[in-house]
Amino acid sequence: MSPVLRLLMRRLGISLIVLIGVSMLIFAIARIIPGDPARIALGPNATPEQVTNLRAEMHLDEPLVLQYGYFLVDISRGDLGTSLYTNRPVTLDIAQFLPATLELVLVAGIIMVALGLPLGILAARHRGRWPDHLVRIFSLLTVSAPSFVWAVILMLLFAFYLPIFPIAGRISDIYEIERTTGFLLIDTLLAGNFTAFGDAFRHLILPAVALALSGIGQAARLTRANMVETYDKPYIEMAQAYGFFPSRIARIYAFKPSLIPSLTIIGLDFAAMLGNAFLVEAVFAWPGLSRYGVAVILRKDLNAIMGTVLIIALTFLIVNIIVDLLIAFLNPRIRHSTRAN
Amino acid sequence: MIRAFRILAANPLSMVGVILVALVVLAAIFAPWIAPFPTHNGSVVDFAFANRAPSARNWMGTDLVGRDIFSRILYAYQISLVLGVVVLAIAAPVGTIFGLLAGYLGGWTESILMRIVDVFLSIPPLVLAIAMMGVLEPTLTNAMLAVTVMWWPWYARLVYAIARSEREEGYVLAAEVIGAPTSHIAFREILPNCLPAIITKMTLDMGFVIIIASSLSFLGLGVQPPTPDLGSMVAEGARYLPDSWWLTVFPGLAILIAVFGFNLMGDGLREVLGVDE
Repeated sequence: MSPVLRLLMRRLGISLIVLIGVSMLIFAIARIIPGDPARIALGPNATPEQVTNLRAEMHLDEPLVLQYGYFLVDISRGDLGTSLYTNRPVTLDIAQFLPATLELVLVAGIIMVALGLPLGILAARHRGRWPDHLVRIFSLLTVSAPSFVWAVILMLLFAFYLPIFPIAGRISDIYEIERTTGFLLIDTLLAGNFTAFGDAFRHLILPAVALALSGIGQAARLTRANMVETYDKPYIEMAQAYGFFPSRIARIYAFKPSLIPSLTIIGLDFAAMLGNAFLVEAVFAWPGLSRYGVAVILRKDLNAIMGTVLIIALTFLIVNIIVDLLIAFLNPRIRHSTRAN
Repeated sequence: MIRAFRILAANPLSMVGVILVALVVLAAIFAPWIAPFPTHNGSVVDFAFANRAPSARNWMGTDLVGRDIFSRILYAYQISLVLGVVVLAIAAPVGTIFGLLAGYLGGWTESILMRIVDVFLSIPPLVLAIAMMGVLEPTLTNAMLAVTVMWWPWYARLVYAIARSEREEGYVLAAEVIGAPTSHIAFREILPNCLPAIITKMTLDMGFVIIIASSLSFLGLGVQPPTPDLGSMVAEGARYLPDSWWLTVFPGLAILIAVFGFNLMGDGLREVLGVDE
């Protein structure tokens, strides 16, 4: 078995254990709710009989371990229960709202990598001089405000004062796009409607940048720190002695070994962005999972809350596996090793 | 101590951080005396001055019911700082003990403890706090609880990584050879070597706790009105953009200044204490 494949198997195994742990944690959170979940679900006008019936249906009178067992069986069948807020299966709701959030987070992730890594390289190449100081101040500033503050500031500057970008939403109302994947950037292209694609893209820029900002700062900082360490290595000195261009040394010899720790932080930043999407979506009225999440939380809609958290945790686990595989693939010591460790 | 201060002072950015943090802390402590309108931290209304732009009377304008925004920001700092201190005072020791035990003892203890930590870390931090606040009543105490629950695993992981590498060091082996008890080795021998990293992280985390707490109240899941909170102030004002910009911009900048201060200071501390990134 190839080492990368073996690593994949190992990671999948660990992820499964972690996922079971996550389900326990979510179950525990759902059970610390003050009051009777059945009564909350039925509202104040329910008769005692209705409450008794629903308690039986929700297995609330049985021991906690059994209740958790039922929960585990349900989720392993892909059944997250019915939402009290929309009266539809939670899986359907999530399938409807998740693509908008994923699209936002993925584009933010691309922006983060596309800006964060080059900024880090720039700072490391000119370490101790003004580009380095500028990048340092920029990184510290971007991680110093929650993304909803950046969202508000970007919106004020680039949607109100300089009306370059639309204020809110995912796409202008005039476009009717048939839903196939739920990703508007893909759906508009599938429909062959390029003006709609441009419109959706313009809607995406401000929320994605607001979401990416703190990640850009962190990625730049970490890349710089790792590269500065690499610059002290003898092989860099040798490359310099050979008279290679500084830009080539930076890109190839100093950057490549630093990419691996940077990728790890990018995986973590992705998690942060899945959470921060809640904030950015609220500012830009983005019709994603967050709006659904906040709505179901305000209604104490337990099934929907548990389902949403579970799906977000699952998404994050998958991203982390991808990041780990990418690292294994990029790192020749793992790629060519006989033992994956 | 004096040497540390000298190194800190030699770095202008760190000094800016120390000054910002000092200003924020002083502003919070002396809010009742500094605030031009000390009663405006509650549900006071003054409709004659509602929604006014910044002026000589109200430096940062007034909110929709006429309360002075500058005064409310000073009081909001009190809540942010108390929340940050309480969260870290619980999360850091809990995480440290977890990490020390897992890192030093190894074996089964390590596997079980670190898998528990993994579970907590596999839910995006803000999402975990949001989910907890979703089922709990939105009060300050519950917000502290939710943020603490999402925060301790990060200390566990940090201390675990250090403790695991320290456990092979000569001084630990020496202590084991003379038969020192486990608790002595973990807390008296290994812990002191983790402290610089823990202290640096706590300084940086003060800022991040403020961010998470304001994010919760921004979503309406944290401290409830009329208690002033930076996050809920931004949320309230966001509906009145761009005309009443002062409703959102000043509370937003207040978060930025406080967190930036803690970040600059933490960054400086990292150099003083020689902690790796």
